[in-house]
Amino acid sequence: MSRLSIETPDRAQQVVQDLCRDMGHRIAANPPGLCPVDMALNFLRLCHAQTCGKCVPCRIGLSQLETLIESVLDQTAPDGTIDLIESTAAAIADSADCAIGYEAAAMVLQGVRGFREDYEEHAHYGRCICSLKQPVPCVTTCPAHVDIPGYVALVREGRFDDAVDLIRKDNPFPFSCAYVCEHPCERQCRRRLVDDAVNICGLKRFAVDHCSRTAPPPPAPSTGKRVAVVGGGPSGLTAAYYLCQMGHSVTVFEQREKLGGMLRYGIPDYRLPPEVLDRDIDYILACGAEVHTGVSVGKDVQVPDLQKEYDAVYVAIGAHADKKLGLPGEDSANILSAVEFLRNCGEGHAPDFTGKRVVVIGGGNVSMDATRTSIRLGAASVTCVYRRRVDDMTALPEEIEDALAEGCQILPLQAPHRIEADEEGKVAALWTKPQIIGGYGRDGRPGPRNAAEKEFRIPCDYIIIAIGQRIESDEFEKGGIVTSHGALQADLSGYVPGTPNVFAGGDAVTGPATVIRAVAAGKVGAANIDAFLGFNHTITSQVRIPPAKLSNTPPCGRIQLKSRNPMESRTDFKLATCGMTEEEAIQEAGRCLRCDHFGYGIFKGGRTTQW
Amino acid sequence: MVNVTVNGTPIAVPEGTTILNAAKAAGVEIPHLCYLKGLNEIGACRICCVEIAGERNLVPSCNNPVFEGMDIRTNTDRVRRTRRINVELILSQHDCKCATCVRSGNCQLQTIANDLGILDNIYPQDLVTGVRALWPRDFPLYRDTNKCIKCMRCIQVCDKIQGVNVWDLSGTGSRTRVDVSHNRRIKESDCVLCGQCITHCPVGALRERDDTGRLFQAMADPDKITVVQIAPAVRTAWGESLGLPPEKATVNRMAGVLRRLGFDYVFDTSFTADLTIMEEGTEFLHRYAVGDTRELPMFTSCCPGWVRYLKSHYPEWTDRLSTAKSPQQMFGAVVKSSFAKRIGVDPSKIFSVSIMPCVAKKSECDLPTMRTDAGPDVDLVLTTREFVRLIRGEKLNPEDIPEEGFDSPMGVYSGAGVIFGATGGVMEAALRSAYFLHNGRNPKPEDFRAVRGDATGASGWTEAEFDLGSGAVVRTAVVSGLANTGRLLAELQAGRVHYDFVEVMACPGGCAGGGGQPIHTDDVERAAQRGKVLYNIDRIQTVRFSHENPEVNALYREELGEPGSEKAEALLHTDHHAWQMPAQG
Repeated sequence: MSRLSIETPDRAQQVVQDLCRDMGHRIAANPPGLCPVDMALNFLRLCHAQTCGKCVPCRIGLSQLETLIESVLDQTAPDGTIDLIESTAAAIADSADCAIGYEAAAMVLQGVRGFREDYEEHAHYGRCICSLKQPVPCVTTCPAHVDIPGYVALVREGRFDDAVDLIRKDNPFPFSCAYVCEHPCERQCRRRLVDDAVNICGLKRFAVDHCSRTAPPPPAPSTGKRVAVVGGGPSGLTAAYYLCQMGHSVTVFEQREKLGGMLRYGIPDYRLPPEVLDRDIDYILACGAEVHTGVSVGKDVQVPDLQKEYDAVYVAIGAHADKKLGLPGEDSANILSAVEFLRNCGEGHAPDFTGKRVVVIGGGNVSMDATRTSIRLGAASVTCVYRRRVDDMTALPEEIEDALAEGCQILPLQAPHRIEADEEGKVAALWTKPQIIGGYGRDGRPGPRNAAEKEFRIPCDYIIIAIGQRIESDEFEKGGIVTSHGALQADLSGYVPGTPNVFAGGDAVTGPATVIRAVAAGKVGAANIDAFLGFNHTITSQVRIPPAKLSNTPPCGRIQLKSRNPMESRTDFKLATCGMTEEEAIQEAGRCLRCDHFGYGIFKGGRTTQW
Repeated sequence: MVNVTVNGTPIAVPEGTTILNAAKAAGVEIPHLCYLKGLNEIGACRICCVEIAGERNLVPSCNNPVFEGMDIRTNTDRVRRTRRINVELILSQHDCKCATCVRSGNCQLQTIANDLGILDNIYPQDLVTGVRALWPRDFPLYRDTNKCIKCMRCIQVCDKIQGVNVWDLSGTGSRTRVDVSHNRRIKESDCVLCGQCITHCPVGALRERDDTGRLFQAMADPDKITVVQIAPAVRTAWGESLGLPPEKATVNRMAGVLRRLGFDYVFDTSFTADLTIMEEGTEFLHRYAVGDTRELPMFTSCCPGWVRYLKSHYPEWTDRLSTAKSPQQMFGAVVKSSFAKRIGVDPSKIFSVSIMPCVAKKSECDLPTMRTDAGPDVDLVLTTREFVRLIRGEKLNPEDIPEEGFDSPMGVYSGAGVIFGATGGVMEAALRSAYFLHNGRNPKPEDFRAVRGDATGASGWTEAEFDLGSGAVVRTAVVSGLANTGRLLAELQAGRVHYDFVEVMACPGGCAGGGGQPIHTDDVERAAQRGKVLYNIDRIQTVRFSHENPEVNALYREELGEPGSEKAEALLHTDHHAWQMPAQG
């Protein structure tokens, strides 16, 4: 017998590890609407299976909790059982020896306090207050509820025009979204139960890259109603498109020279080429909306006048103002806000950064846009300063990866403290306070605090501040629209309470969010404005969706979009990511599990054919 | 055409054909349980799964179309084992006490399990116990959660055919079950009691409340005189599950059977159908003449499922219903008044029974507006199915029982009264007599054929316009199935259609397809075929107009005076406002 041996996991342990990984995928792809008490019970059982069995609270207590929760689900629980569950879980959380026990009990506690009304519904009436409402996960999680299984199936058949037409039933920005959508649809994709989510966004890009130019369907007969849309971004133009389709006469007011809003003035060309954006805008405008660019509502046109002159007004002014850090020296020269900087670039007035040292402050997607744009403008160095860890950055992981590959430096755990200017009043350096990551805050993220280290100096020629955006809503507030922290206050239908005929949506209501949420708000606004005007037009698509094919379950890797060589792409504003090849697209489309046909979809109808 | 092979046999079928139907075309029956053509093609039971060459998993054959070159195997070891296990799993959560199940003998699950030779089940029984298994026993619709196999057919029928959405899945995960939708209780729901969920249930999870015990109680009471009426549609279907050929399953043989069951008097609801026409036709002509139907039509009121639907979904239109009672209730009212007088007994001594193709009639006879001090006008309603069970229980062999006549006076009826049991029949009967009342002379009986509804309920509604003479142009519509009805009402509300008179039957095809009719395991809709029986009876009837029914005329002459008279109003009409549906709030 050797004195020591190299330990390798045995086959059973290896399989269990694989199963744990698969279970992780499965839980991540949890369909919305499941019974929370049943889920809590089964999470608890999983936790209990992890118990070593040494300590009483964990070994016996978790078992008793299971029995108690099961009695609630079986409607056999005597009065007081829910309180007993709570006090038992509290005792286990208080006295278990290790995290296996106290974390399991903490989960039960979180549940019994978080959805106590569902516990009570089960205990008293034997029923659950939750239910599966929309059966197709991707369609549910897409804010605009685009028919994803439908267009993926069409891509698989090579019917790209039909795929894009089908998307336009719910989202008139298929081109732009194909390039920049944050694709929440992929988050709970059922394919994750098998291997990994379908690359839905990549397939959409393949469709738009291969479709031909088509004309919009003829609009409904004219209603004679007039609607003003304030703001020519994704939300405003979505509303304009559907309202035109419904036969209303639409006038769009846009304060800048061109339409597109943040898509044009916030997103750099290497992510969304202007000619791609123009494909969406051309299609939308072909429906007949009248457009006034270079008109600022509140200055050139007054809000109350619009309310009087038009039957309804949709306000989607976005969030285009910057936020300040509030640091000493912030008024020095060569300090830019990210929105201003990106807007200047979008308007063709990009600064020359050749040989300059640029510091970008912030950890979100806008910060990455500013960082990668600065690199392309010839900066000698670009340093992205963030007060938390890289893991905590809110930018998409692929954006961070690409920025790093293109040569930026990310300096995490540095909180901007003051700005040092030279004798000419120009920025000379950013001073930061080093941070240490600490406890979790209410937002569920670990928060930073000052570390016991000295101030840190980052010499630089420019500072770009990307810590969020504000909404310029003063003129609208004067016009009678209630705001809160700048955000216009609209209800869930988009209607602005207290006004006679004003609806609002997009970033101006939600604060800075995503394109697809802005589109969804525009769609909701259009539907409710139509109803407000006394109509019930339906938006539908004539595209027939191919029946589901059978062979689609064997595990198969997800096709990822490839990036151009970063050393090359860092020098120009051409597209940084490449689309799929046809071979890749067909294979990827074949990975779709067609939840519109299989499972709950076929029972409850996997498709909303009109709205 | 698409070329496939089924168990090695090549066959060409049209594109889009399901595997199930392709196999059928090749002479191969694939067992299935949840599948209901056009309504429930959801592949939930997995009994119909077959092997397709090249596919990793077995494939449900009910909802997947064939593709070119598909090699279908329905009888491999893998298919057989899987099918058996899935049936055993269903059985493990099914209360298999077949001896006490109303559907024993025509249960699709029982058939499959028997056919597969499943003699014991390796899986332990896993049934719901305690309060979760309870259902109110006094409600006319009974549901046994432990018999439910979650095929979802009831949900689909109620959603898609009836548009009432009473049923839905409740809960998720292992505790998922079918229950009343939106966490309601059945008694507080807007269930119209059409019974279509019952007739489309493949097992015994849904049935009518069994009232046969109360009949025997009444028969055992020496002080009670039992009187029975037979609804028109019952004669089209009662022989089906007794194996009686249609030519033997006549209404007169039914009369013989009912006498042998022990009824003292046997009558025909068709008599009061004629009476209904006199009242409702007169009411319609009056309302039409005074311009009452210029905006909204008058609706027929003989279908209690429809009345329940209207009162839940369009309570503001309650006044649009004809105030005439249904034939069942007119019958009850006449039995406990003039008939009681005629035979010289106190009305409270009469036990009035009706045999109906309907479940909602069980609630109609219980309405507070349908009784007098002598008790309810109709004491007991039995469905066609309960009637068949009585015959079985008494070991009667109808083939050996002679055809007999009805008792007098309420056994006389016209062809117009008989067609009440088919969609469009009430309207046609009403128009025949309305024409007479308007012009003082008869039309040809077949003049109003155009209102005969679509007995499959597939085409929505039938509309027709008739000139009754002297400028009286009547726009009529006939609709059956409540989803169709819902669409018609929405169009009426939007002002896109206008009618003077609308006949509504809750069940597709009218009473012939009623929720109280016999159930079969072949999932064939029989309403159209049964309706034809009624139209054939009408065709050969010597009296084809309600206003020519001699006994009806005698009743007016001797008791009621004119149709619509004060006496007739009191006896034969009702106040639809005097009771509420739970969902009306």
